[in-house]
Amino acid sequence: MNMCHIGCPFFQNLEDSMATYLEFIQQNEERDGVRFSWNVWPSSRLEATRMVVPLACLLTPLKERLDLPPVQYEPVLCSRQTCKAVLNPLCQVDYRAKLWACNFCFQRNQFPPAYAGISEINQPAELMPQFSTIEYIVQRGSPTPLIFLYVVDTCLEEEDLQALKESLQMSLSLLPPEALVGLITFGRMVQVHELSCEGISKSYVFRGTKDLTAKQIQDMLGLTRPVVPVQQGRPLQPQEQPPISSRFLQPIHKIDMNLTDLLGELQRDPWPVTQGKRPLRSTGVALSIAVGLLEGTFPNTGARIMLFTGGPPTQGPGMVVGDELKTPIRSWHDIEKDNARFMKKATKHYEILANRTAANGHCIDIYACALDQTGLLEMKCCANLTGGHMVMGDSFNTSLFKQTFQRVFSKDFNGEFRMAFGATLEVKTSRELKISGAIGPCVSLNAKGPCVSENELGIGGTCQWKICSLDPSSTLAIYFEVVNQHNAPIPQGGRGAAQFVTQYQHSSTQRRIRVTTIARNWADAQSQLQHIEAAFDQEAAAVLMARLGVYRAESEEGPDVLRWLDRQLIRLCQKFGQYNKDDPNSFRLSDSFSLYPQFMFHLRRSPFLQVFNNSPDESSYYRHHFARQDLTQSLIMIQPILYSYSFSGPPEPVLLDSSSILADRILLMDTFFQIVIYLGETIAQWQKAGYQDMPEYENFKHLLQAPLDDAQEILQTRFPMPRYINTEHGGSQARFLLSKVNPSQTHNNLYAWGQESGSPILTDDVSLQVFMDHLKKLAVSSAS
Amino acid sequence: MSVNQQAHTGLPYGQPQPGYQGYQQSGYGGQQMPGVHHSQYGAYNGPLPGYQQPAPPQGTLRAPPTSGAPLPTSGAPVPAGQPVYSQFGQGDVQNGIATSAVQMQRPSASQPFIPGTAPTPVSQPATFQQYGPPPTSAQQLTNHMAGMQIGSSTSAPPPAGLGYGPPTSVPPTSGSFTATGSGLYTSYSSSQGPPPVTMTHGLPPTSLSQGLSLAQPAFSGPPLSAQRLPQAPGFVPPPCSTGIGPSSYPPTTGAPRPSTMQGSQLPGQALTGLPTSQPNHVSSPPPHPSMSGPAMTGLQGPPPPTHPSQSGYQMQQNGSFGQVRGPQPNYGGAYPGTPNYGSQPAPPPPPKRLDPDSIPSPIQVIEDDRNNRGSEPFITGVRGQVPPLVTTNFLVKDQGNASPRYIRCTSYNIPCTSDMAKQSQVPLAAVIKPLAMLPTDETPPYLVDHGEPGPIRCNRCKAYMCPFMQFIEGGRRFQCCFCSCVTEVPPHYFQHLDHTGKRVDFYDRPELSLGSYEFLATVSYCKNNKFPNPPAFIFMIDVSYNAVKSGLVRLICEELKSLLDYMPREGNMEESAIRVGFVTYNKVLHFYNVKSSLAQPQMMVVSDVADMFVPLLDGFLVNVNESRTVIVSLLDQIPEMFADTRETETVFAPVIQAGMEALKAAECAGKLFIFHTSLPIAEAPGKLKNRDDRKLINTDKEKTLFQPQTSFYSNLAKDCVAQGCCVDLFLFPNQYLDVATLGVVPYQTGGTIYKYAYFQLETDQERFLNDLRKDVQKEVGFDAVMRVRTSTGIRATDFFGAFYMSNTTDVELAGLDCDKTITVEFRHDDKLSEDSGALLQCALLYTNCAGQRRLRIHNLSLNCCTQLADLYRNCETDTLINFLAKFAYRGVLNNPVKTVRDTLINQCAQILACYRKNCASPSSAGQLILPECMKLLPVYLNCVLKSDVLQPGAEVTTDDRAYIRQLVSSMDVAETNVFFYPRLLPLTKVDVDSDTLPAAIRNSEERLSKGDMYLLENGLNIFVWVGVNVQQGLIQNLFGVSSFNHISSTLNTLPVLENPFSKRVRSIIDMFQAQRSRYMKLIIVKQEDKLEMLFKHFLVEDKSMSGGASYVDFLCHMHKEIRQLLS
Repeated sequence: MNMCHIGCPFFQNLEDSMATYLEFIQQNEERDGVRFSWNVWPSSRLEATRMVVPLACLLTPLKERLDLPPVQYEPVLCSRQTCKAVLNPLCQVDYRAKLWACNFCFQRNQFPPAYAGISEINQPAELMPQFSTIEYIVQRGSPTPLIFLYVVDTCLEEEDLQALKESLQMSLSLLPPEALVGLITFGRMVQVHELSCEGISKSYVFRGTKDLTAKQIQDMLGLTRPVVPVQQGRPLQPQEQPPISSRFLQPIHKIDMNLTDLLGELQRDPWPVTQGKRPLRSTGVALSIAVGLLEGTFPNTGARIMLFTGGPPTQGPGMVVGDELKTPIRSWHDIEKDNARFMKKATKHYEILANRTAANGHCIDIYACALDQTGLLEMKCCANLTGGHMVMGDSFNTSLFKQTFQRVFSKDFNGEFRMAFGATLEVKTSRELKISGAIGPCVSLNAKGPCVSENELGIGGTCQWKICSLDPSSTLAIYFEVVNQHNAPIPQGGRGAAQFVTQYQHSSTQRRIRVTTIARNWADAQSQLQHIEAAFDQEAAAVLMARLGVYRAESEEGPDVLRWLDRQLIRLCQKFGQYNKDDPNSFRLSDSFSLYPQFMFHLRRSPFLQVFNNSPDESSYYRHHFARQDLTQSLIMIQPILYSYSFSGPPEPVLLDSSSILADRILLMDTFFQIVIYLGETIAQWQKAGYQDMPEYENFKHLLQAPLDDAQEILQTRFPMPRYINTEHGGSQARFLLSKVNPSQTHNNLYAWGQESGSPILTDDVSLQVFMDHLKKLAVSSAS
Repeated sequence: MSVNQQAHTGLPYGQPQPGYQGYQQSGYGGQQMPGVHHSQYGAYNGPLPGYQQPAPPQGTLRAPPTSGAPLPTSGAPVPAGQPVYSQFGQGDVQNGIATSAVQMQRPSASQPFIPGTAPTPVSQPATFQQYGPPPTSAQQLTNHMAGMQIGSSTSAPPPAGLGYGPPTSVPPTSGSFTATGSGLYTSYSSSQGPPPVTMTHGLPPTSLSQGLSLAQPAFSGPPLSAQRLPQAPGFVPPPCSTGIGPSSYPPTTGAPRPSTMQGSQLPGQALTGLPTSQPNHVSSPPPHPSMSGPAMTGLQGPPPPTHPSQSGYQMQQNGSFGQVRGPQPNYGGAYPGTPNYGSQPAPPPPPKRLDPDSIPSPIQVIEDDRNNRGSEPFITGVRGQVPPLVTTNFLVKDQGNASPRYIRCTSYNIPCTSDMAKQSQVPLAAVIKPLAMLPTDETPPYLVDHGEPGPIRCNRCKAYMCPFMQFIEGGRRFQCCFCSCVTEVPPHYFQHLDHTGKRVDFYDRPELSLGSYEFLATVSYCKNNKFPNPPAFIFMIDVSYNAVKSGLVRLICEELKSLLDYMPREGNMEESAIRVGFVTYNKVLHFYNVKSSLAQPQMMVVSDVADMFVPLLDGFLVNVNESRTVIVSLLDQIPEMFADTRETETVFAPVIQAGMEALKAAECAGKLFIFHTSLPIAEAPGKLKNRDDRKLINTDKEKTLFQPQTSFYSNLAKDCVAQGCCVDLFLFPNQYLDVATLGVVPYQTGGTIYKYAYFQLETDQERFLNDLRKDVQKEVGFDAVMRVRTSTGIRATDFFGAFYMSNTTDVELAGLDCDKTITVEFRHDDKLSEDSGALLQCALLYTNCAGQRRLRIHNLSLNCCTQLADLYRNCETDTLINFLAKFAYRGVLNNPVKTVRDTLINQCAQILACYRKNCASPSSAGQLILPECMKLLPVYLNCVLKSDVLQPGAEVTTDDRAYIRQLVSSMDVAETNVFFYPRLLPLTKVDVDSDTLPAAIRNSEERLSKGDMYLLENGLNIFVWVGVNVQQGLIQNLFGVSSFNHISSTLNTLPVLENPFSKRVRSIIDMFQAQRSRYMKLIIVKQEDKLEMLFKHFLVEDKSMSGGASYVDFLCHMHKEIRQLLS
């Protein structure tokens, strides 16, 4: 048997060094886009539950792999109807008999005829260990072009509208030439623009207050083919009529000019807005029509509905706030007091739309730019369930929006758009493992199967999910359950395996299938706990737990979620900490756990779980991104990175702590959503004095420049583009920094700590130190 | 007194009052007779100087033609003639004279009255005097006398007699008649022929005596007296004609005249003489002296055949009215066919057939009125004057009462009590055309601006200041003429009174001295207390397959390009303030953004027809000049865009909703022009199904054909009215499209429906385009509310026409154009007094085409009577028919058609029976006696009964009937007149060198000659009928083909040929077209061709294919009915 033992060597030398595990984790992530919370799996259900952090992984299905040329054939599937796993390096192969055994169900399968020449030295790629992740190109069906449907709010300020129009016109040049584009504008009314007409521009107009069924919309747009009476002797000639949808969705190369002009002529919503009123904005109906349009014309084809809105929906289904300016849009306070009149109805409206969209394999992007809230709370599901983007900014006339939007159309090294559509992710597991659920930009496909657990975590009850839109960083959290009974030990050296099969429409319109198969060793938690412990990926675990927490926060009260998180943390510490009972000072955590409490501390303070100081829209926005970014980015979100620049050496990462705020330092903080450059007090004074302009202080100039350059680098790559904040000691915007750092020094303990270091934060929040003290106390307490 | 005051009249309003001057002119022409009397007039003129002599020229112009004929006849006068005219020019006086000379059959009396009137009415005196044309001294006297009588006359018949005493035309005439009567036919001939004159004078009513000519002589005695009585009163107003004539001319009194007249007339008289005579005797053939009924012209007809029982004769007469053609003589000259009178023996034995010529002839009546009253201006200063017929061309001088162009009443003398009114059964109604266009020589209503405080109104009834208000207490208060409430005069309006109790500024204020004027409305008269925006026109074009294929869409778009420059504008504004918008539709609606800043129009499709809304605000309604390029571009593209359409289904209600919503969004009133082709069967509100079913005709369910099939449109109409959204509908059906339902909204919003069945570009293009042009260009008011206030005692109770009413008093009109008429019926709710008469004030609040809110006020004063005879003497048959037709046409909505017809007949029979019973001189029961003013009632009524709505022929579609029904409902009197009794002109008699029209002939096939061509018009169609034996030369001249057989009956225009005959005929047709609010379809009918059936349908005196009675038969039938009522 030529079993391929991925990562085996490392396992053998487990104790040798932690470094090897980190490498292993990193290598796995790079190759397969997978990070497990546990890299050695407890072998029974009972033990697994005692681990506190569930067995789970972060999967980045389309992780960019420069070294992974797709193969041009279809995958070989296990012939068992309930399995259909893809042939992979973990399978046992009998080259003489041309048979292979499925490593999930142990079914023995004949190789297909094309594999006749197979031999130990002539292996197909999918059998090679380095192809634990492999991508197939499927030649099924006719490729359908990508579809981009712009849904544009015209109730904008002139300046904003102008900026938006320019961005949209610019985007036309970024689209693949064959892509179909459509345009819907809305304000008080909703207009679906017909793009094919010469001379006169034509649009279909809908009332912004009336919810229409998909059928009605299609009827009104004339998308339903008239029933052509079948006449005898005259065969129907479908070619006679061009596809009806062509009126609204046209290949960009054909109507480029037309559409550019059309966008150019776009006027602000002409309906008068009286003093003290909000413009009437029919976002709900506009989206509904967009969804209905695509549903009727291109179901199950990759399509983006891109909603650009400059304010909250104020009428019709999906309205979030009335048009009276004196009534402000709902706040968290209102929501808690059950005082948000429209929220439930609106949310329901958008949820229905989101689910329909997802069912059709389309996605909805929301680009919301306004100073006030725009109803993202209600609309979030549109992006969340369909894998669409959510971008929030102050104005369309900001680089934040412009560049972010531009980045939507960025291309990878192959010159392909970094977007994929209509993906389904199927997970297969070996018998000892079942699937509890997934958290990420996906919806359930409700595919029951033997490997589906009854205990749901996230979106569960299925082993297949639909991810309508993917990009290389889209990451799902997938939670498993070990179902092996305690009394049914796994044979020594046995391994559990999981296979992730992602079928999707590549931006080149090819259908592709990416298959990732991984395996991990089982370990008996009683005898080999240290193995399991050492193989703990605290980063992944933190993110996976955070996703669970955020997922819960969407439906539960904030404090409950925090309590739950705390309890988990305490249990984890109890389980894996080394301590003497009731002696907090004796508490120690091994290296593989040491950072975890700190992540939890910052997570508790993060906007994902705290709504204080955030509007409901902001919370929705943050959570949206948290639920889809990969591990690295997620960690940054949980615990922002802080770099310190000084004359004393190269920039260094420093503790996210108030003690890091020093007068002679420049700080660069990256919270994912914001990049903050903070000049220490002295630096700021120097800068004001203009030293940087003096030749003799060129080094100061360089010092000032260094964080700017680094920030640029981050700005260049991140999606969405972060808010860029340049501030200094005492600046009003410094709050972005001060609210993130651990308040180790506050007005309460200012004199208890060392004098000169850092700056105090005016807060009553507990500091990490206090938090840890409590944690230790609770962990070692025999009472719990 | 008058003199001084007149000076004022001259220049009351700063402006020269063109109106006043103008009037005279037009009037003159008509008078032929004047010549004769010149000498007399001459004298008058002298005194008249007061009047401006404005229009002499005109007078002359017109005069010549008409006068021509008569003049010669008169002999001596002839020479004087021309010069005379010039004199005429000066004064109304002349006119007056003229009329008198002619002898007014009708109330023409106006003139004489004018002067006279002043004195009569107690209250009026002041005003009248002033207005009164400065009657010449001589006349004045007489006039005064007359006036006096009037007042008194009403009370008692005798007075009249007294007043006229001298004139006592009556007696004379009667005398003559009697004589004639006895003399037998010969006498008739004489009397009638020329005598017509006399006849007219003497006898208001014509009596048809049945065969008993012989017997009558005996009667004559008594009848005369009897008749006189009634006459006396009658004279006062209209009848005066008779009375006055004589009175004014002492010489011409009584018996003498006839003889003299005859002599002179013989030559030319046909026109002059006959007319007059006819009226009276219409039927009168048998001259029964008795009939002479000086009192009323009686139609002496044989008793209708129907009554066998009656007298022996009847049986025989049945078929025809016995009277042979005694009467013909009158026409004699005119109609070749009719030989002569004298010869006609009408021997004692009653003829078996009633001679058609012996029964009242509309032609004659029209001609007579034209001759008698056409030459003088109609001066409205006197209360209760009966205006000239609508067919007469006359000028109106507003001196305190609204012009008959604005208001016409069924009767100008109202019974004082409801008992009387009920007894007579004469409906009391006013046909009001508030925005009527006036001839260019009449002054449009003056605009009064009272500034911020707004118009002065009575505190209680809210009537507007008008000439009838009485100022008291030195001018500090005024007493309302309607409700008698006393109201303070606001300080800013205060003015001292002169010694006659009249305000010193009387002549400076139109609201004190004129019958019609306008107030500028203040903001409180506006919706939502906001001044309105200028109105908008929205063109909504059906672009379904049929419309595109027929070329209609392209045609409309092409036309609109130029038509948009001709939208109505206010006064001297450079461009119209009206904004325009465009919509096309089939199953969905397409709105267009034609904002001036756009390079290309934008089309916005609304397919949510179930819940219509307007997709855009800015750019939908635009100023034509600003957006011209975009609009032109749009109109160029529309036909292209839909060139390949396959959509055959249309919606309709959503189209109206869309237009209405657009106006609502723009906060303005306006008009929708909808061009529609088919039954709206597409899924949408207001969807209709084809429910046409000819089997329902003559069943109890027939009424459903006239009712809308859904109430949806009524509700929609209500909304439209609330928004001031008027809908004009142009229909181009190829099959049934349910006009009854589609028409609901246009009808209730004051809009118009045009229908072009089987529209074909080549044949119907011109008609459609002309209609469209006229419709777009015509004066129109929006968002109007009309209220009619009346003196205490009567009340407006019922309203007919195209409008909506949400309560019982206010007529709401989303739009009201200059052709729309509203008919109001009055009923008593108390007593009226003869002294104060009855006043009407029609106030119309509307937004004009510039967006200005205005109030147009029309005032009219009527007399009141306690004697039925006064009522009958002051009726207007044309108006009556107008009312009856509208009443009947509304009746078919709820009653079987047969019931409606019977009701009509019954009512008319009652009217006539009441007259016969209470006013006519006793005579044989077998004698049909008609009031002078109503002698045409039977013939016209028959026309109404035979009309397509009440008695459809086989070829009349359900849609046609519904269309006609609605059409007639808002017709004015002139339109109904020609619609029910078409004008038929012998083309071959056209004088190519003159502007005069040949005399019309009666609508009967037997009057057509194979050798002639005729032109018939009824307001909707023009027929040119060509006899088989017409000279080839004429055919060549008119049609440009060599023979009868080569004439194409599909022609829809006459070829343009350069010969006098062709030119003249075409100019006549053009003239007719210009007179009508719709462009008439020209149909060439060749005798014995299949189209002739259609043509014959309009020969309304004949039996119709669909079973309608001939005039003669109907008259007999009426007679029978009357006799039944009497017995």
